[in-house]
Parts: sequence; C-alpha cells; structure tokens
Amino acid sequence: MQAEHHGYYLSFASRIFIYALAATSLNLILGYGGMISFGHAAFVGTGAYVSSILLSEGVASAWIGWPAAVAASSLAALAIGAVSLRTRGVYFIMITLAFAQMAFFLVNSMKAYGGDEGLSLRERASVGLGVDLGSDLAFYYAALAALAAGLYGLHRLAHSRFGRVIQAIRENEDRAEAIGFPVYRYKLACFVIAGAAGGLAGALLASHGKYVNPNVLHWTQSGTLMVMVILGGVGRLWGGVIGAAALLGLEDLIANHRVDWLAAVFPNYQQHASLGVGTVLLAIVLFAPQGIAGMLARRKHA
Amino acid sequence: MTKQLLAPALVWAVAGWLPLPVQAADKVKIGFISTLSGPSAALGVDIRDAFLLAVKMNGGKLGGLPAEVVVGDDQFKPDVGRQLAEKNIKLDKVNFLTGFVFSNIMLASVPVAFENKIIYVSPNAAPSPLAGKQCNPYFFAASWPNDAYHEAAGQYATTRGYQAVYMLAPNYQAGKDSLEGFKRFYKGTIAGEVYTQLGQLDYSAELAQVRAAKPEAVYIFLPGGMGVNFIKQFVAAGLSKDVQLITPGFSSDQDIIRAVGDPMLGTFDAAHWALDLDNAANRKFVAEFEKEYKRLPTVYASQGYDTALLIDSAVREVKGRIEDTEGVRKALKAAKFQSVRGSFRFNRNQYPIQNYYLRVVGKDSQGRLVNKTMGTIFKDRGDAYVQECPMK
Amino acid sequence: MSWILIVEQSLNGLQFGLMLFLLAAGLTLVFGIMDMINLAHGSLYMLGAFLAATLVQATGSFAAGVLLAIPATAVLGMLLEVSVLRTLYARDHLSQVLATFALILIFNEAVRIIWGPDMPLSVPAALSGPVQLLPGMVYPAYRLLIIGVGAAVAGALYLLVARTRIGMLVRAGASNREMALAMGVNIPRLFTLLFGVGAGLCAVAGALLGPLFAVQVGMGENILILAFVVIVIGGIGSIRGALVGSLLVGIVDTIGRAFLPLLFGIFFQPRVASAAGPAIASVLVYLLMALVLYIKPQGLFPARG
Repeated sequence: MQAEHHGYYLSFASRIFIYALAATSLNLILGYGGMISFGHAAFVGTGAYVSSILLSEGVASAWIGWPAAVAASSLAALAIGAVSLRTRGVYFIMITLAFAQMAFFLVNSMKAYGGDEGLSLRERASVGLGVDLGSDLAFYYAALAALAAGLYGLHRLAHSRFGRVIQAIRENEDRAEAIGFPVYRYKLACFVIAGAAGGLAGALLASHGKYVNPNVLHWTQSGTLMVMVILGGVGRLWGGVIGAAALLGLEDLIANHRVDWLAAVFPNYQQHASLGVGTVLLAIVLFAPQGIAGMLARRKHA
Repeated sequence: MTKQLLAPALVWAVAGWLPLPVQAADKVKIGFISTLSGPSAALGVDIRDAFLLAVKMNGGKLGGLPAEVVVGDDQFKPDVGRQLAEKNIKLDKVNFLTGFVFSNIMLASVPVAFENKIIYVSPNAAPSPLAGKQCNPYFFAASWPNDAYHEAAGQYATTRGYQAVYMLAPNYQAGKDSLEGFKRFYKGTIAGEVYTQLGQLDYSAELAQVRAAKPEAVYIFLPGGMGVNFIKQFVAAGLSKDVQLITPGFSSDQDIIRAVGDPMLGTFDAAHWALDLDNAANRKFVAEFEKEYKRLPTVYASQGYDTALLIDSAVREVKGRIEDTEGVRKALKAAKFQSVRGSFRFNRNQYPIQNYYLRVVGKDSQGRLVNKTMGTIFKDRGDAYVQECPMK
Repeated sequence: MSWILIVEQSLNGLQFGLMLFLLAAGLTLVFGIMDMINLAHGSLYMLGAFLAATLVQATGSFAAGVLLAIPATAVLGMLLEVSVLRTLYARDHLSQVLATFALILIFNEAVRIIWGPDMPLSVPAALSGPVQLLPGMVYPAYRLLIIGVGAAVAGALYLLVARTRIGMLVRAGASNREMALAMGVNIPRLFTLLFGVGAGLCAVAGALLGPLFAVQVGMGENILILAFVVIVIGGIGSIRGALVGSLLVGIVDTIGRAFLPLLFGIFFQPRVASAAGPAIASVLVYLLMALVLYIKPQGLFPARG
C-alpha cells in the first residue's frame, strides 16, 4: 500500500461509514421492526438531494444543510409511512417500492437540478470551527462520528421500552395488538426515526462525492442496502456496519486488486463482481440467515 | 466500541502525513472511460478501437513516450462514469482523461478532472455550456461542437425548402443543444418538437404523433441504439414512404447502417467527416481500421483516432515533459497534427473550427451501404457560444 | 386530435398491456398458489429473449427460434424451481425477496458471461412493414402479430384455467392451499409444472418484445416492477385480474406517454412538457395501484375469499 494512495483509501473508508449508517437505519425497520421496505432509498435520496440543492443555492453551512436533510427525510418517512403502514405483507412491500419509484421519477424530471445528469457540487458542506471538510481526513472523522452516533442511538433504542415493543410487534403483530399496544403508531415512529438517520447518511453521501444523481433513489439501491443488512446480520447491532464493509470491500477487492490465478482460469472476472456478490447473498439466505454477525455470535457462544 | 475504531483511525491518520514521492514521467497514462455495453455500446467501442489503433500504429507510444491506456466502461450511467474518473485520477494517476460518448455522463465526470488539473480531451461530447460561459482551460474538444451537425442539417433543410419539419431528440443537454442548433438555421415551420427519454427504445407513441402531424421531413437526434430502433420502427410504421428522414451524421453512420440495412438508402445527413474525404491521413486511417477490425469506421472512430493523434502531437511538442500542464495545454491548442478530417484548428474556447459536409446514404463501388459526400454546407464554422467564453 | 391518432395509440396500449399480461399471469400464479415472491421472474423474461435471439440465429427462422425458446426457457425455469426455489416456499417473504434478488444478480452476470451484454434480434423481414387496417389507418405488422399472439395466449390460458382439470387444481390451490393438499393434490409436481408454464409465458413476451426494445442484460428489472403492480391491482392469484390489470396499466402508461406531453405542451416549454409527461405517466400507474388498494385492498379480483 503506497503512501500516495492514502487519500483514495481514506475516501473509501468514509464511503463505507456512510453506507454503514444507511444500512443501520434500514436495519432498524427491517431487522428490529420486521418491516420489509423496498423504499428506503427514497429517504437516503431525499437527504442527499435536499442537502445538495441547498449547497448549490449557496447555503454552504452543514449546520443548516444537514438538519434540513434530516427534517426532509423524516417528513417523507412520515408521509410514506402513514399511508404504507396501513397495509401488510406484500402490499406493504409494493407500496413502499411504488413510493420510492415515484420519488425517483420526480427527481429525474427536475431538470433545474440536473435531472438524470445529476447535480455536481463545487464544495462540500462546511462545519466552520476551523475544520475543512474538503480534506479527506477531516471528512473521515465526520463520517465516523455520524456512524458512531447512529450505532449508539440504535443500541439505546433497541434496549429501551420502545425497542422491546417494536421487536414484540415483529415477532407477532396480532398478539402485540391484543395486548393493547398502538401498533400502527409504534411502527410509524420507528419508520420515521429510520428515515431521519437515512437522510443524514444521504446528506453525507452527497457531500462526500460532491455529486448526487437520481439513481440514489432507485429501488435497486434499496436492494443493495438490504443486501448489506442481510450480509451483516439482520436485527443485530453491527449488522449494517459489517454488511457495508463486507459488500463494499468485496467489490473494491474484486475490481482493483487482480488475483492472477483467478484471472488465468476466468479472464475478465473483475468485470463480473456481482456474480460473486449474488452467490454469496444467496448462500447467506439459504444457509446462514443470521448473516456474518450471526455466525460470529454463534461461535462465541459455542 | 469507539476504541475498536480508534486504532485503525490512528494508523490512517499517521499514514496521511507521509510525504508523497515525486514521480518522473517515463510513460504517459491515459484514462479512457466510455460506453462499452448496452444498446449504444457500438459508439464507445468504435472510439476505443480507433484510439487504440492509433497508439498501436505509433508503436505503442504517444509523443515518444510509451502509452498505457486504462479502459473503463461507464455502462451508460453517470454515477459509474464519475466513479471511474475518480479511480483513474486518484488511484491510477492518469495524465489525460478521455473517452466519454454521452454528454450527461461526461458532464457528471469531468468536474473531477478539472478539480485535479487533469486535461480532458473529448473524442465526442462537446456540449454548449463548456463552449460558452463555462469554458474551461482543461477541456479540449477533438470532435465538433454539439450543435454543429444540427446547424448544418438545419441549413440544408432550409436550402432544400422543406416546409414543415418534425423534430425529435432525447431529453438531455445534448438533445436540447441539437434541436436548438437545428432551429438556429432552419427557417421553415416546425411541425413538432418532442423530447424522448434517454435510452428509450419503443417509439410507437411518438410515431403515431408524427403521422398525425403530417410533416414533410423528420429530423432526429437519436444516437446509438435509440436511433436504430427509431428508424426501424419509422419504416415499419410506413412513414418512410411519405416523410423524408434527415439526421445528423452519426445517426446515419456505419453502426446504424449495419443494424438497419437497406431502408437507410436515401437518408440525408450532415457531418464534419466522411469515409471518402480525400486526404492522406484519412485514406491511411480507413484502410488500417478496416484491416484491423474488419469493419468500416464511423465518424466516432475518426474522432477517437484524431484524439490520439492530438495527444500524441502535444506530448511530442513538450518533448515528453507532461508534468508541465501549462505547456501541454499550449501544445494541445496549437494542434500540430494531420487530422483525418483535413485541416484542424482550435477556436479560442478550445472547440474546433472546421467544415461540415452534406452526405447521403448510398452504395459504394463494392455495393456496400456507405455515406457519400455530396457537398459542403459550412466552411470554417466555429460555434455560436464562443463569444460568451472569457478564455483568450 | 384525429381519430387515427387515438386508434393508433389505443392499439399501442393494447399491445403493451397484452405482453405485460404474459409476465403478470405467471407471476400471479406463482405468488397466489405457492405464496412466493419471485423477483427473478424478470430474469426468466431476459433468458427467454436471449435464447430466442440465439435460436433465431441458429435456425435462420424467426418463428422457429421463438417457438423453440419457449420450451427451452420452461425447462430452465423448472430446473430452477426444483433446485433453488423449492427450499424457499417454507421461508418467510423477506428471505424469498432476498434470495430471488440474489438470483437477479447471478442471472444478469451469467447471461453477460455466456452471451455478452446484448444480442441482436430483429423483426422478421416479412413483418417489418406496415399493414393497412382501414383507409388512412396504417399500423406496423409486427405489432399486430404481438396483439394477436397475446390475445391467443390469453384465451388459451383462460381455457386452461377454467375448463381443464389442471386448471381446476390450480384454482383450488389458489383459493385454499391447505384444503387442496388435504384433498390429495400432488402439490410439488403441480408447482413445478406451474413454474414451467410461467417461464414459458415469460419467454413468449421476451422473444416478441426483443425486436422492439433491445435484448440486453438487465432488461427484466423495469418490466418486473410493472408486472408486480399489475398483479397487486388485479388481485393476487387471479388470471382474470392479471388481464384486467395489465390492460389498465398498458392503457394508462400509453395515454400518459402519448397525450400528457401534448397537454403540458400547452402550458410549458417543450423540454419541460416532454420530461413531465413520462414522469407523471409512471406516477399515474402507481397512483392507480394506490387507488385500487384503497377501494379494494385485496385487488380487483382476489382469488381468495
């Protein structure tokens, strides 16, 4: 690892932290809440676009831009959740997917903010305090801080009364309802919290790459986040982090570090990374549904 | 939990302070990103093949230095193109970036080059913002300004006297530029102005509208797979009998001709280059390309080839000292090379000034469908945006 | 606004709707009877198109290529069912979603490795021209073929489900699986057969739409979403619902693409009108779904209850 590449890898690590935060926010509703939402990309995307639009209109401060992104994605989660959570099962999946696609098409048609060419930003958001987020190192710490806050939040939430109710609802919704919990309200609150965290991840993503484009809202992005959660361990605290690191790390490894004996057997394997990802995912679902975190936990308790 | 992350963070932080060794230029590294998959892959593949051919014909060198070309596929996606550009510039440390076919992907990716003071030489996309207000010293267009073919086609439609023309283009920057360009020189009635979705393949709805509007001619800007599908469906809908099809040069070039076939006969188009342009560089290029790849080159290939020759001339001018970015820029601007299009010179906004010809699809001496030059529409034309560019 | 335009756009909507039906029919049966969400259904559509393209090249005949692709895809579909999908029936919906999402990734890359990113498939020369339907009304011959085939398949499916013994078993399984099992229906074999039929239908759609769109990797994803929307609107497990749903979606989509830009063009600039039209058309389809679910939460023609 040469010194001249350190900038690239700091940037790569930041990217892992951001996706880890997004995956963790999905883990809250997917793993702890049992809600299969295919529309989570809409919240990440809303956060990304709101902060990008503010930056492109001259609002450089992250103290305004990022809370605005979180507020916007929370509102979106409230609106989408209010309607979707009235349905269950496959209907819920379809409605969340439909809303995400609507958001995608809407953003795609906004020619003023780039449309499908996307929006390029000149600078990252600024936090003041003598720190320049333009430096890869500073941004690394900012992303790390956001992820740490998110994980801590999830940890506290999972062990609180709220968290226990949500998990009870996941186990058996009818029973929780019979006991007297306002199930709909709990699910909606959970949905909004996850949406807020997703929005923060989106704002960070936009600043990190200094670029945002409608694909960040596409349903296949929701799928990618799901893959990360499952890979890492659905319903486990570190699931999002491990999953993001594993998926992005695997992709980078395949694309940028040629394994010669593999290339001899299978030329051009580097361009077919998703074959490996798909196979690993399928294997996990079929044989190790608890994900990597689950496997590690089992070994500890064995 | 935080402690587990502090350790690697400290390692990274320390690594950040290590000094960067200076790299002497012993070879020239080119980052080549283009659309190499999907329905419009033929375009990127042609540019890449011609570029690599030029390097090969030069003994694997550009300007005397061994050349290493890092090829990437943007898969027609702006975010993929941008990621590849970042990788090329930050990890592979390329000296030049080139290759993009589509303006939207290019516009998403070149800011990375500009920020890092890496020169981008465009073998195709040359949108109007970069010719005018947003002109950039690190951007060189080795092709033609986005509007140019369309202006020429519009001029032809006016000269020919078509009364009503229906226009179609995809809804992105280059699409908008194309129809603006056509309208700048077409003085007749516009029967319709429709923007389709980028990547759209089914034109049944649009063709029904065309039929209802009853124009004399249809002007389309639909590159790659989009054009192939439109023209096939245009013929299938029975419209080719009553309506003349006019296109910009690349929408009737060899890739489309190969895919569509005989229905293309008689289509008029405008371009800055044709297979039968009579100069030594072109004759050599066409012959070598056909020998190497067993197919005739498109206008895209001619541009890829010229891009390689342009970079070659610049590196030669600075005698291999490519770290001298300013010197390279001046050398590029001087453009001292034999282009396959004849003479080549840059305007002060680093977009070319050149001729544009009328071509028609016909058969050559071997009975193959090719574009034949019929006349000159514009001589020494620049572009409409240069006045807005502050560069000297 | 001439009547020719309206007729032509209606035919376009009908053509698209019928092809969508072929996909939706297989999907709704699998979901309705096996209670399995299969995201890889779009991959079968893609496989059908690639196989058709290959066989057309090999045999030199469009008809032969398409007809051979149907059983080929059906066999592959059945192999997939017996090997991987069978283990998912007992699992929860999330596992099914993830496993079949993984299959999409695998299939896309596998096709890319075997065939490359795309394959050429052209309308046969005999059908590449227009046909005169009425004086002044001309329509592409190939699209008429699609409408014809689509209608014929819809009719055949109806006969199969409503008039044959197998169809009766299918309907029984859709409305009450446990009861059907209790009555002695050989569920595993029925499922495999059903899956094969669904795959065959995908192949018909893929092969016929290939020349109009493009036979390329990833072609299944976009149409998959629409197919799911259709079965949600139509009612899960119901063939009739799938037909009504697909025709509705086909018409709304075409009207949106064809007429909304004209409407917007009155108020807005061409670029904005042209962008807004398709965007709103897509949104309209989802709004239609939301509306149907609000009025009839189980879809228009639910198979159960």
